[in-house]
Amino acid sequence: MNEEHKKNDCLFYNDPESLLLESGQIINGHDIAYKTYGTLNSKKDNAILICHALSGDQYVASPHPITKKEGWWERMVGKDKPIDTSRFFVICINVLGGCMGSTGPASINPETNKVFAVNFPIITIADMVKAQVRLIDNLEIEKLISVIGGSMGGMQALEWAASYPERLKSAIPIATSSRHTAQNIAFHELGRQAIMADVNWNSGNYKDKNTNPSKGLSIARMTAHVTYLSEASLTKKFGRKLQDKTDLGFGFDADFQIESYLRHQGHTFVDRFDANSYLYITRAMDYFDLEKTHKKSLTEIYANTNLKFLIVSFTGDWLYPTSENLMIVRALSAGGVDVSFVEIDSDKGHDAFLLDEPEFDVCLDGFLKSL
Amino acid sequence: MITLRKDLDLIANLVEDNSKVIDIGCGNGELLNFLSKNKNSKIQGLEINQKKVNKCVSKGLSVIQGDADKDLGLYPEKSFDYVILSQTIQATLEPEKILTELTRIGKRVIVSIPNFGFWKVRLDLLVKGKMPITSKLNSTWFKTENIHLCTISDFTDLCDQLNLKIKQTVTIASNKQKSFSGKPNKSANIFAEEAIFLIQN
Repeated sequence: MNEEHKKNDCLFYNDPESLLLESGQIINGHDIAYKTYGTLNSKKDNAILICHALSGDQYVASPHPITKKEGWWERMVGKDKPIDTSRFFVICINVLGGCMGSTGPASINPETNKVFAVNFPIITIADMVKAQVRLIDNLEIEKLISVIGGSMGGMQALEWAASYPERLKSAIPIATSSRHTAQNIAFHELGRQAIMADVNWNSGNYKDKNTNPSKGLSIARMTAHVTYLSEASLTKKFGRKLQDKTDLGFGFDADFQIESYLRHQGHTFVDRFDANSYLYITRAMDYFDLEKTHKKSLTEIYANTNLKFLIVSFTGDWLYPTSENLMIVRALSAGGVDVSFVEIDSDKGHDAFLLDEPEFDVCLDGFLKSL
Repeated sequence: MITLRKDLDLIANLVEDNSKVIDIGCGNGELLNFLSKNKNSKIQGLEINQKKVNKCVSKGLSVIQGDADKDLGLYPEKSFDYVILSQTIQATLEPEKILTELTRIGKRVIVSIPNFGFWKVRLDLLVKGKMPITSKLNSTWFKTENIHLCTISDFTDLCDQLNLKIKQTVTIASNKQKSFSGKPNKSANIFAEEAIFLIQN
């Protein structure tokens, strides 16, 4: 186990069994860090799994141990909120390959007693889900009411529904895609190259040398962050406003508010995220292609699946646009699957799924109540 | 017990319990909600207006945004026990193609239409010489979504032409309904304001 996370306010499951990965490699025993909210009933049939996105973690509805900020979806998860913790037992798991307590590249390789770093095997979304299933088994939960996730969390929800439909009553993939497009991969590659170009990355062995490729990781975060917003939201929030200045500085300091904002986003990210984890998780997303993994068309993957789907997209999301989400909706319809689809009008970009969008709340609430 | 708009109530009466139903152009989901709660139907809706779709989903109804003219091709053959197209066919681009698609995806098809042959409609046009405005056809010619209005006779002709068998017709005139086994009689084309057809092939 990653020692520094022991003190964090979360639960751990030490999975002793070996895990066969999609790549053919094997992880011999691993840790899964997770949080739960609400109470599991005696029949164990009120559980909902929330899957986090690339930079998320298990702290979905409670303060983050490092940043001390409120949970990343606290507006959606809690008592009397759409994902109502007085009704549901909510589980949120740090993904395999993550850096908030689950085994990942920052963990110690038990075979060498050294940090895995880039010797950690390449993992995929299907591997993350496989590890989640093991935890759900361990909790003796036969069927989840729903698996919910946005962005990479949505990919996990899709994979759950494809591989373990009998374990679910419903799936709610939000602002996501059934495969990464060239544009998605391109932005991730920018981030990875920024990390690897940082001299402190040291071919991934920065933990040994007590350094951190924070510049590279910070640039990766800045690039990615732009893709989570929209032109409209940037203009509305920042426009061409200057940062603590009345005129241009004629230099390369952060003259504009947007520059200062992005630098801040980058700085704060490096305190809570491991650079190698960022490489591995972005890779997992880039490798995501349901049709390739399952060797079937999207329609065939889900044909006659006996669970309810709710697909959600946002008009201002250009990273996982409505068209990508609609592809899934169409495949489900063609497969005779019970599916609902809403597109929420929002100019907030991809991040809209995390932000205040009351219409989204109402739809999610109604759907969950119908289950 | 939910009370339904008259024509929707008559449509619901044609649906057997425990069926798999799709409502094309389901609006705010009134009929779907009724069928799901009172007939134990397994429901699905298709609606072109995203705001209405969101409203349906927030009521827990399985509805997706889609266009009857474009998206019926998605569904596999005979994947529904009933396909319902209520007061919508006259607003589609290609009613003939749609009717064919409906019978492809559904074992039974229920179509309801406003009857352009209704005497008040005829009279309105005859006397005023203007596009008729009645309680069922209440928009001006330049605002109406109805681009393919037809009479009951027109509709039954199209069914004949496509070799579709009308099993039952229910007509409505001033809130009174009449049921016919098969096609309605000739006078319905004058006296009925609306008609609901149950088509089965």
